Amino acid sequence: MSWMAARSKSDHLTILEFLFVRSLLSGVDKMSLSAKDKATVKAFWAKISSSGEAIGADALSRMLVVYPQTKTYFSHWKDMSPGSAPVKKHGATVMGGVAEAVAKIDDLTAGLLSLSELHAFTLRVDPANFKILSHNILVVLAIMFPTDFTPEVHVAMDKFLAAVARALSEKYR
Amino acid sequence: MVKWSDFERAAIQDIFSKIDYDVVGRAAFSRCLIVYPWTQRYFGSFGNLYNAAAITSNPKVAAHGKVIMAGLEKALTNMDDIKTTYKDLSVLHSEKLQVDPDNFNVKLFSFYCLTIVVAGQMGAAFTPEVQGAFQKFLAVVVASLRKQYH
Repeated sequence: MSWMAARSKSDHLTILEFLFVRSLLSGVDKMSLSAKDKATVKAFWAKISSSGEAIGADALSRMLVVYPQTKTYFSHWKDMSPGSAPVKKHGATVMGGVAEAVAKIDDLTAGLLSLSELHAFTLRVDPANFKILSHNILVVLAIMFPTDFTPEVHVAMDKFLAAVARALSEKYR
Repeated sequence: MVKWSDFERAAIQDIFSKIDYDVVGRAAFSRCLIVYPWTQRYFGSFGNLYNAAAITSNPKVAAHGKVIMAGLEKALTNMDDIKTTYKDLSVLHSEKLQVDPDNFNVKLFSFYCLTIVVAGQMGAAFTPEVQGAFQKFLAVVVASLRKQYH
């Protein structure tokens, strides 16, 4: 950073420079995805992506049953029961988003920008619900892929879904 | 007092009758140590917890998994008064073990690890409704364990 070298040694950083440097560092997330995490997620996703719609439908069904407060977001649906048509359709939509996140795993904030705006300004989903849906996705993965969903895959997927949730929350405030 | 529907009672009893306590206890506790590594803080005397393979093959981990399942069975046989059943366990965790009560949060061992392991064991039989009953049971367990913290 040549502009810093050009300053005289006795200068302290101004508030502006301090904030600039800090903004660079804030890109380093707590518990960000390591190269190993990303590789694990991509490899696991390759195995499971063809079941994306089924995973999404089941995860959403579970969320609506086990956490009934989430039903408030879907009061416009005729049928919120497990496996219903709106649930299946929406499960597919959600997993489509997850697929996009896997493809953009190297920069989730930039990659999921428009989805973040959608969730922040239009849908206004309370971000606490992201954790709930993530948990139910993991439950479904454990059921559908018992041998592949090892503890190592579990931790990588848990971190990945948390990172996706963070990226989706970017635009909230 | 917690009210249990007939369905919930039956579902919870059914789960515990079907799962292998040794397998599930060890698998769920291992996952907790692997997926939430800061929980290893409480198990300094357990020896090698350096990686997933070491954790899953550690005999102290397996033994402790059994201890936890035995604790859950107490709640299972006293479903109508888990709070009283767990009074001593709650004091143990808060005063002697000094486990951060936030670690009892729905996030960690009970929901995120035990539920996931039980789901894997039971497969499709772990329907959304059964999951709901099981998570309600675990919520009561967790609340009862937290009761004696102050």
